[in-house]
Amino acid sequence: MPDTDVDTFADFIATQVLDPWKGPKKVPAEEYYTSGHRTCQGCESAQLMKLMAKAGGPRSIVLGATGCMYVANTTYYSTPWAIPWMHTQLGSAGSAATGTAAGLKAMMRKGKMKKEPINVIAVCGDGGGADMGLSAISAALQHTQYNLLILLYDNESYANTDIQVSGSSPWGANSTFSPPGKVKRIMNRRWKKNTAAMLASGHPECRYVATVCTAYPVDAMNSVRKALTIGGPTFVHSLDPCPKGWDYDPMYSHELGELAVETGIWPLYEVEEGKLKMCGKSKRIVSGQFKRKPVREYLKRQGRFAHFTDEDIEYFQSKIDDMWETWLIPGVIPFAAA
Amino acid sequence: MTPPDLAVAEKIEGPSGETEELISGSEAIAHACRLADVDVITAYPIRPYDTVMQYVSQMISNGDFDCEFIVAESEHSQFEIVKHASVVGARVFCGSSGVGWFYAFEALAVTAGLRVPMVAMVGNRALDDPGAFGVEHNDALAVRDLGWMLNWVSTAQEALDTALIAYRVAEDKRVSLPCAISCDGAFLTHSQTLVKVPAQETVDSFLPPYDRAEKQLHPDNPITIAPQVNEDWLMEMRRQNDMAMRRARGVIIEAYEDFNAKFGRSGEPFIERYMMDDAEIALVGMGTLAMPVRVAVRKMREQGKKVGFVRVRWFRPFPTIELQDVLGGVHAVGVIDRDYSFGSAFHSGVLATEVRSALYPMESPPKVISFIAGLGGREVSADNVIEMADMAFDAAGGGDINDQDTHWIGVRE
Repeated sequence: MPDTDVDTFADFIATQVLDPWKGPKKVPAEEYYTSGHRTCQGCESAQLMKLMAKAGGPRSIVLGATGCMYVANTTYYSTPWAIPWMHTQLGSAGSAATGTAAGLKAMMRKGKMKKEPINVIAVCGDGGGADMGLSAISAALQHTQYNLLILLYDNESYANTDIQVSGSSPWGANSTFSPPGKVKRIMNRRWKKNTAAMLASGHPECRYVATVCTAYPVDAMNSVRKALTIGGPTFVHSLDPCPKGWDYDPMYSHELGELAVETGIWPLYEVEEGKLKMCGKSKRIVSGQFKRKPVREYLKRQGRFAHFTDEDIEYFQSKIDDMWETWLIPGVIPFAAA
Repeated sequence: MTPPDLAVAEKIEGPSGETEELISGSEAIAHACRLADVDVITAYPIRPYDTVMQYVSQMISNGDFDCEFIVAESEHSQFEIVKHASVVGARVFCGSSGVGWFYAFEALAVTAGLRVPMVAMVGNRALDDPGAFGVEHNDALAVRDLGWMLNWVSTAQEALDTALIAYRVAEDKRVSLPCAISCDGAFLTHSQTLVKVPAQETVDSFLPPYDRAEKQLHPDNPITIAPQVNEDWLMEMRRQNDMAMRRARGVIIEAYEDFNAKFGRSGEPFIERYMMDDAEIALVGMGTLAMPVRVAVRKMREQGKKVGFVRVRWFRPFPTIELQDVLGGVHAVGVIDRDYSFGSAFHSGVLATEVRSALYPMESPPKVISFIAGLGGREVSADNVIEMADMAFDAAGGGDINDQDTHWIGVRE
């Protein structure tokens, strides 16, 4: 890369070094996402907030885009956040992170603020991240001079407005905008966006993109820690089972997260400095050490798929089979060479 | 009576270190950003405002200005980025024109709601469709109800001066509201005139550093900003914004007094009174319209017609007291709007509606005749202005001019 230090104002603001935690016993007890929220029982996105705040620690700033984790989570006079938190607009996670990081960087460079590494984390739901906020996230991932993390908590619908399909909802899922009816059984005919891989492949200068699931909490926290340590803008996408939107008993949130991975519906991977690494059970699916469970086991546990016929389930299974058997990079990059 | 002509106005000796440069309104705003030591600026192209960002980026690449300069991917992101930078304590600047300002509308609303003291520039431009690059005021006026302070400037000098004043007023703890400076597209953004560019030390003596204090978002101050309040608290917070806008009036007056003293300038904050002392009718308008109006007023004065002109500089807070004072004694007021408000009372423009409203409680208010002119950058000629003034004279003399309708001037029927 040519020497761009002709930019006399170029300055490097170091990140915090957040080493991975080797097992749950090494995770500190301190919480920075505490009581005061009013999310649903079994809410895995709330769990993700707790893990993220723990992973980032006290020298962090969190920006929360409109969504469940704002409306149900952050109420005046009862904020759960022990670290600084600020609302941002539905499509603004990328902009909020960029602005916060740029403000801190300018202030530190110009001697208006003590120079220190501060984590900047913007969180958004699938509506805010994969739909409305996609262009701002894309732009944020191009501004490599800023250290920031965008964390997408994907509960696969606009859940805080009464469950409407998003671009990240699964094919055929029942929602208040895609209810099965007398004539049309399948109203949501869109296949779930491949958001993390799209962002990783579309932003080759971005140093870290990962998928996580709260069913594997230590891995999820370590992903957040790596994203905050590596420097530059980073992106982590979490699949969060949602009892209200997916229609199941809240006690099964953890199991559904595991099943999403075990059926191959939610691949776990990280793209670090341009190198793809499959993680956890997804790695063993690729290597053949773990045989994918039938998607039926996952779909049949959730009311949002209760209207599925055998034919629908077969179609869903065939799409997941394609993902692992015909894709250029199984589970990640969907097109094959012609 | 010899009317003062701005072009040959007596040169007031400015403070030391001041330089005189031939620059456009956009470049004048860019100088204000540099002098205000702005920390974060976001850019996105749309004509005519984007020229400001061309000057800013050149200043940065030449090493004259230290600032985070982010080219955003949309106007919405542009305004959201600086909103968040401001909350961690950075002084910020942003701007747009026409539909670009509207693309950012959600961000504009929350910026005022959150009382983020951003200073923005609007290079006034007609809204699409059909497209036109020229000036109309409907873009900036759209935020008039939201808690943005709004002003219109008529020269590059005034643009530079007002931008510095805007930072001082916006960031004052008694106010803490965003402020947008409107510059008529092309006529001001792209026209060069001689501008006094003040020295850094003069600016520093006038504009204190931005300090958010207990409202700064930082790990040392782990506050929660903008949580959901619902009906429990929203009305109290709206009332706080209302009180802040009310307080802005006094803070603006204070800032102009200090600015005029330190920078060797003159002029009252809210309005410009042009030949109003003995005026029988008055024309009212905003922005660069002042130029042809002043010419027409002088021509009519030569014919013995006692006409004056009031240029509204600050639209929010609205100069109700000043307008009652200056217009209370005239027989008729002709308000020239470079905007429209379709379906409004008397089908008037926005300014006419506000002026009527301000004058209504007076004991015997003057007749208000509403004109719409110069849309989409169409030139308003001195002859157009004379036509409007004559109609106002007619109304004042009990003629049959309809003051319950709005007159479109210079339009093909």
